[in-house]
Amino acid sequence: MAINSTAAFGAGAADTLYSLPRFGNVHFLHFTDCHAQLKPMYFREPSVNLGLGDAYGRLPHLVGEHLLRAVGARPNTREAYAFTSLNFEKAAQTYGKVGGFAHLSTLVKRMRASRPDAVLLDGGDTWQGSATALWTNGQDMVDACLALGVDVMTAHWEMTLGDKRVQEIVNKDFKGKVDFVAQNIKTNDFGDQVFAPFSMKEMNGVQVAIIGQAFPYTPIANPRHMVPDWSFGIQEENMQKTVDEARAKGAKVVVVLSHNGMDVDLKMASRVRGIDAIMGGHTHDGMPAPVVVSNAGGKTLVTNAGSNSKFLGVLDFDVRGGKVQGYQYRLLPVFANILPADKEMDALITRIRAPYEARLGEKLATTEGTLYRRGNFNGTFDQLIVDALMDVKQAEIAFSPGFRWGTSLLPNSAITMEHLMDQTATTYSHTTVSNLSGAMIKTIMEDVADNLFNPDPYYQQGGDMVRVGGMTYAIDPRGKMGARIQDMRLDGKPIDADKVYKVAGWAPVAEGAQGEPVWNVVGGWLRSHKTVKARKLNAPRLIGVKGNPGLIA
Amino acid sequence: ADWQAGMFDAKSLADAVKAMGGDNYTISKDVSVSGPEIAENGAVVPVVVASAIPNTEMIAILVEKNPNPLSARFTIPAGTEASVSTRVKMGGTSNVHALVKADGKWFIASKEIKVTLGGCGG
Amino acid sequence: MGNPMRIRANVSGDTVEVKVLIRHDMETGQRKDAAGKAVPAHFIQNLVAKWNDKVVLDAVMGTSISKDPFLSFKFKGGAKGDKVSVSWTDNKGDSRTDEAVIA
Ligand SMILES: [Mn+2]
Ligand SMILES: [Mn+2]
Repeated sequence: MAINSTAAFGAGAADTLYSLPRFGNVHFLHFTDCHAQLKPMYFREPSVNLGLGDAYGRLPHLVGEHLLRAVGARPNTREAYAFTSLNFEKAAQTYGKVGGFAHLSTLVKRMRASRPDAVLLDGGDTWQGSATALWTNGQDMVDACLALGVDVMTAHWEMTLGDKRVQEIVNKDFKGKVDFVAQNIKTNDFGDQVFAPFSMKEMNGVQVAIIGQAFPYTPIANPRHMVPDWSFGIQEENMQKTVDEARAKGAKVVVVLSHNGMDVDLKMASRVRGIDAIMGGHTHDGMPAPVVVSNAGGKTLVTNAGSNSKFLGVLDFDVRGGKVQGYQYRLLPVFANILPADKEMDALITRIRAPYEARLGEKLATTEGTLYRRGNFNGTFDQLIVDALMDVKQAEIAFSPGFRWGTSLLPNSAITMEHLMDQTATTYSHTTVSNLSGAMIKTIMEDVADNLFNPDPYYQQGGDMVRVGGMTYAIDPRGKMGARIQDMRLDGKPIDADKVYKVAGWAPVAEGAQGEPVWNVVGGWLRSHKTVKARKLNAPRLIGVKGNPGLIA
Repeated sequence: ADWQAGMFDAKSLADAVKAMGGDNYTISKDVSVSGPEIAENGAVVPVVVASAIPNTEMIAILVEKNPNPLSARFTIPAGTEASVSTRVKMGGTSNVHALVKADGKWFIASKEIKVTLGGCGG
Repeated sequence: MGNPMRIRANVSGDTVEVKVLIRHDMETGQRKDAAGKAVPAHFIQNLVAKWNDKVVLDAVMGTSISKDPFLSFKFKGGAKGDKVSVSWTDNKGDSRTDEAVIA
């Protein structure tokens, strides 16, 4: 494949940012992991995203200036604001909010104006992540995606609405409009396909196949009981079969719409033949440039389009003589004050929110410091959650799951109910209080650490390290399972393996949880505090990763 | 085939293999174990064992770290493909082995399957 | 006499794919009930699948085959309308045979 444009960015000026001339004859527009963010917001990219072993120093495991250098961008620019956490507060004030479906819609329409046959792909994690998505059982996002003109989608958090609700949307709302694809979801009894494995489209006379790859570890990372009859998994062999079948049926271009996470996509691209591009999500990596992976069948592009409706990926293929001859890829950030809101989408969002505006807008407190979540080990918003949990539940230790969704707030701004829900809105956000032995706490931490740092991406689950309040610890991410977590201490004293500790948490995956929703607990705490000081981040002492370019020192 | 307590009661991989008569095995690329890298449920782990070695007459599934490693042993008559799919219980993360007998010789292939606590996600 | 099995047998070309879902507790003998009493081992030990009268799979199983066992395999030679039967025997001497017609 020839590359039409290797430069990840143009000059960066506002007026040229979105003028992306059409290239070739086959076009894909891709967004993923919007986590139900219909309105523009702030989102701070990670300052810690470690790559180990083969992943060391490679996309997506580059942050800050390391990432900018790798893609040929400069600090203190609009692009640096979109793709890194550098000077976040100042850049946020300068360049404003990002994302929002009305602004995304304008961008989609602009791209479609020059690419009328383009297919719009939704990579999943679309129907979860906001108060309105939770309160409408995903209906707000279903309606917004229909209005946006989504053609094909795959899934992850969608499944936490339950298998019946997913089927209802696929068979009613989406019927004849959106193809819901997943080669890797099968029934638990005879292993039958639950959804179509791929969708065939014709673009400018070229047959293209879009294969769906849902999040392989959905029943592990999220409650099993919400999809009791379905089995997931990476299903690499079935992926190869599906690619071969699509080619046999005449597809000249094969794209995988993936929710594997980027490291899994990179491994899959090196092993499966015949895929032109894997357009991925789940790990929320806003990657300005694709990674080109060689395999026995040729080359495969791997892209990842970030999160929170902040980006639109545009992939153009030049297909001639039945083959891809070249490509152009651009990940366009959605700057809400450059792209005007699309009127129809804006009106739809206003209608969707109207019944809930009062609840959404309740001011719970003011934050003095920046609040964000994303990063391998902890974020200030999670710190606030574990601080509140320990205080309200009178627990010595608190855990918050390593979710990668959740928007950011600038210093001295209001924390509204909507913001709190942006961090906590799941269908199983019960709080828990457990008496756990020191040994059990270590086992839990090691288990999560292996899901993040296992050297083989197929054994990783995406997500980040569990956030910890109260207890301090050290971690050697390069260690083997069981040997990464060290020096666990409470109030300076070593954790005793046999002693029992009171641990608060939320979002248990086991069935039958009853605890008060975490937004009530944290919401109550915020109302009583009114002003929240900048959080002191409880981040682990890192061992053996000095100089890692996935880390801003 | 007769059910023999000896092979199923064996407490280690080596003893179970020995009880079947296969203590001299070689690792083979023509034998395969497929299954999830991470089990969705340790009590129900789908596993496919297969052999591309001609005249494969037997395939067994062994979960190394289970209290009794041997899960099942399949006799493959002529005309049946040397590939069987079933579901096994796993007490924890372990290697899962396919042990094959073909023309009187023994071969093995292995895959690690992780059993995890769950939770979290992107 | 055990619960009925669900058997699917489909031919494609000259190969028949058989899928079997059995209902059986497959008790390991290591589990305790709610009252703390050990639940005795109860599991299928032998399974034979036949195409008409020919044995196409012969299995012996231990307690680590999952509850409600699943099996799938392929053999050559069968045709639409032929019969496939599956029989099992467990450690308490219970047994069951079911059959399906190849589709
Ligand atoms: Mn996501
Ligand atoms: Mn996800």
